[in-house]
Amino acid sequence: MAEKSEYRGNIHQRQKQLMLDWYARLEQAAEGGEPKTCSLMVSGNCVELLEAFGIVPIYPEVNALQLAIRHQSLDPILAAEEMGYAADNCAYVKADIGCLLKGITPTGTRLPEKPTLVLCNFVGCNTYLKWFEHVAKFTGAPLYVIDVPFLRTAEPSKEDVAYVVKQLQELVALLEKLTGRKFDPDRFRHAVECSARSEELWSRIKHLAKVTPSPFDAYFDAITLMGPLYVYRATQEGVDFFAQALAELEAKRFAGEGIYERERFRLVMEGPPPYPYFRTFRDMFAKWQATAVASTYSTVGGLWEFGFRHDPAQPFESVAMHMIAQNVTNRNMLQRYDQMQRYMEEWKADGVIIHFVKSCRLFSAGQGDMRDYFSKQLGVPTLYIESDLEDPRYFAEAQTRNRIDAFFEALEHSKAHPRAKAEPKKGAQLCVLPQA
Amino acid sequence: MLDLEIERTFDRYRDLLEDLSFPAVRRWKEANPGRKAVGFFPVYAPVEILHAAGMLPVGLAGAGDRLDIQHADARFGSFICSIIKTTLEMGMTGHLEPFEGLLFSSICDSARNLAFVMKRNFPQKYIDFLHLPHNPSSPASVEFLAAEYRRLIGELTTIGGDFNDDKLRASIALFNRQRELVRRLYALRAASPHLLRAWECYVVVRAGNVMPVEEHIALLEQVAASAPRRGAKKRDSLRVVVEGAFCEQPPLEVIRLIEEAGCDIVEDDFALAPRWFTEDVPSAGDPVLALAEAYVNRSVYSSVRHDFRKPRWLGLAEKTKVSRADAVIFLMAKFCEPAYFDYVPFKQQVELMGLPHLALEYEEKLFTFERLRTEVETFVESLVFD
Ligand code: SF4
Ligand code: SF4
Repeated sequence: MAEKSEYRGNIHQRQKQLMLDWYARLEQAAEGGEPKTCSLMVSGNCVELLEAFGIVPIYPEVNALQLAIRHQSLDPILAAEEMGYAADNCAYVKADIGCLLKGITPTGTRLPEKPTLVLCNFVGCNTYLKWFEHVAKFTGAPLYVIDVPFLRTAEPSKEDVAYVVKQLQELVALLEKLTGRKFDPDRFRHAVECSARSEELWSRIKHLAKVTPSPFDAYFDAITLMGPLYVYRATQEGVDFFAQALAELEAKRFAGEGIYERERFRLVMEGPPPYPYFRTFRDMFAKWQATAVASTYSTVGGLWEFGFRHDPAQPFESVAMHMIAQNVTNRNMLQRYDQMQRYMEEWKADGVIIHFVKSCRLFSAGQGDMRDYFSKQLGVPTLYIESDLEDPRYFAEAQTRNRIDAFFEALEHSKAHPRAKAEPKKGAQLCVLPQA
Repeated sequence: MLDLEIERTFDRYRDLLEDLSFPAVRRWKEANPGRKAVGFFPVYAPVEILHAAGMLPVGLAGAGDRLDIQHADARFGSFICSIIKTTLEMGMTGHLEPFEGLLFSSICDSARNLAFVMKRNFPQKYIDFLHLPHNPSSPASVEFLAAEYRRLIGELTTIGGDFNDDKLRASIALFNRQRELVRRLYALRAASPHLLRAWECYVVVRAGNVMPVEEHIALLEQVAASAPRRGAKKRDSLRVVVEGAFCEQPPLEVIRLIEEAGCDIVEDDFALAPRWFTEDVPSAGDPVLALAEAYVNRSVYSSVRHDFRKPRWLGLAEKTKVSRADAVIFLMAKFCEPAYFDYVPFKQQVELMGLPHLALEYEEKLFTFERLRTEVETFVESLVFD
C-alpha cells in the first residue's frame, strides 16, 4: 500500500533545464555585469517591465526554496540567527541573508553580489518590506518599493490602480537611469502579450485537474511549474514551455491517466509546502492516492484560473491590476476562503488540508479561523497540520504522518466519501471572485 | 501636597488603562447618545477624521494580563503575538461591545489577517482596513492616501458619521494641541527625568488613546504645569532609549523595573498614536490632503511605517543623539516580527555608534519579572563599573 509518488514526463526535465539556464544567466551577470539583474518577489510582480529592459529577475524566494529542497537551508538559517535574526523570523529571509553573507547559492553557481536594483513589490507580505530593505543594505544596491494597496474591498478602486500605475512609471524612469537604456514600449507590450499567453496555457493546465482522475497534482506538480512561471512567463520560452506542458498533460487526460492507478481522494491544499521535507510530505499523500486538485499556494504568482490575463492593449493598467487583485498574497483572508470554497465545488474535492507554516504569517495567521469556517460552518472534512516551509527543525515527521493517516481513515469511513458533501450552507458565500 | 496630588493622578490613569470595560468610552457614550465609538488597532489611525465625523476614536491595546484566552488560541495558533489573540478574545467575550466600528491598517501580516477574521466573526460591526502607503518617495502616495481617507469618510458617513471639511480642520487643531503637549512632556522627561518618571509619562500619554481628546488635553495641561514643580531629587542614572514596543504594550511593571534598575528612559516608542506627527498638521487648505501629506512627510519613524528615503536605523541614530542616550534597550513583544526584523539593522547601527545595547523580550501577560530585572541590572552594572 505504501505507494510512492513518481516523477515522470518531460515537463520536469524541461523545467529543470530552464531553471539551470536561468542560474547560468545570473552567473554570467555575476561575472561580467551583463545582463542587468533585479531582485524582486514572486507574488504579483511586474517582471514584464523588467523584461522590456532585458533585465533578468533574481528571486530570493526561489533561491530559498531551492536551498530547502536540496536540504541546505539550515546552515544559512543558523548564520542569520547568529547575526541577530530571531528564531521566529520568516526563515526564507534568514536563509537568503545567510546565503548572502556566506556566499552560498542553491546550485553552486555564482549570483550577482549587487543587483542593478532591489525592487520590493510589496503585495501583502510585510516581511517583503523588511527583507528587501535588508538585502539593499547588505548588498549596497539601490532600493525601490512599489507600494501596492492591499485588496481591502471587493475590487480595486480606480485610485488604487492609478497609484500603482504612477509608481510603475516612476520605476521606468529609474530603470532608464540605472541601465542607461531607453524604455521600449513595444518590447513591454510584447512581454505583456507573452505573459497573457503563458497565463492562458497555465490556466488550462489548472482546469485539467477538474477531471477525474486529475492528470496532475495541482500542489506538488504545480510547484514544479511555478519556477518557469515566475522567471519566464513574459518570454517566448515561457510560452513554449507551458504549451509543451499542456500538451503533455492533455495527452494524459485523453488516456485517462491520473497520478495514481486509482485516484482515491481529491484535495484542496492551503499554505506553502514544507520544502525541507518535500518528498517525504508528498509521499504521505501518495500513500493514500490522494491528489491535490487545487491549491492556494500555486496562486501566489497569479490567480489566472479565474480568468485574469495581462492585456497588451493596456499594459501598465493590467500589470497594476495583477499586482493589486490577481494574486493570493494581496487578497484578504475572506477572499481566500471563497477561493477555496470555489475549488471545493468546481474542482470537486473531498476535503481541505491546511498547512500552517511557522515562517509565514501572511498565510498562517488566522488559519484556525479558516479551519473553523470550513469544518464547522461548511461541514467540509478539514485537516490542520503545522511545520515550516524552510526550516527543517519544525517538521515532526511521525506526528504529521499520523495525523494525515488518521484524516484519510476517517474520510474513507465517513459517509461523505467518495464525494464530500461540499454543499455550502446558505449565506456562507463571503465575497465574490471574478468569473472565468 | 502637590507631589501627592500628581501621584494620585498617575495612579488614576494607570487604573483607567487597566480597566477592560473602557469606562471613559462608556461615559462619553452616555453623555452623547447615538454617537459612535470606533476602536483602532495600534499603531496609527487618522483619529482626526473619526473625531470630525462625530465619533470617539479609541486606541486598542490588547488585554494585558487581565483576560484568560479561551477562544482566540484556536483561531490564531502558535507563533502569533499576544495582542492579536487578546484583541480577538476581547471581541469574543463582549469586551468590544462599546465599539460600533474597528479600524486596522497595514502594520503587519498578523494584524492584517486579524482584521478579516474579525470581520467574519463580528458581521454586525463596521470593520475596515486602511492601506497606509509604504512608498513615500512617490509623489502619488499623498494623493492615494487622501483617496483612502475619503473612502473612510464615505464609510463613516454610512454608519452615521456627520462630516465636513470645517469640522476636520477643527479636529486637526485639537489634536495638534494634544500632540504639542505630549511633545512638551517628552521634552521635560528627557531634560529632567526625575520630575516625570517614564511610567508616569507613559500612563498619561497612553490615556489619550482611551479618552476624549478634549479631556486628554486638560489632563496634559495639568501635568505639564505641575510636574516641573515637584520636589523629586535628581538621580544618577543611565540615559536609555527604549525601542521596539510600538504595538503590543509591555506590562507597566517592565517599564518600572527598567527605571528601578538604574535607567532613565529618555525616549521610547510606546503608545505612538498620541505623538505620531513630528510637527503640527496644517489645518488650512484641503484638510484631508493635509492629513495625508502629514502621514507621508511628518510621521515619527516606526518599525511599522516604511520610508526607504530614510532608513529607520538612521531614525534611531538620530533619536539617541537628540536624547543624549548612553545606551539602547530593545524591548520586543514575543513573536512581533517587525520588531525582530528591525532589531538586526538597529543593533548594527547602535554598535556603529559605539553605544551599548540590551535586547529584552516580553509578553503582555507576564507574571514574573525577576529574570528581566536581573538582565537590566546586570546590564546597568556592567556599564557603571566600566
Ligand atoms: S512571510 Fe510568507 S509570503 Fe512573506 S516572505 Fe515569508 S514565506 Fe514569503
Ligand atoms: S505586536 Fe507586532 S506582530 Fe503583533 S500585531 Fe503588533 S506589529 Fe504585529
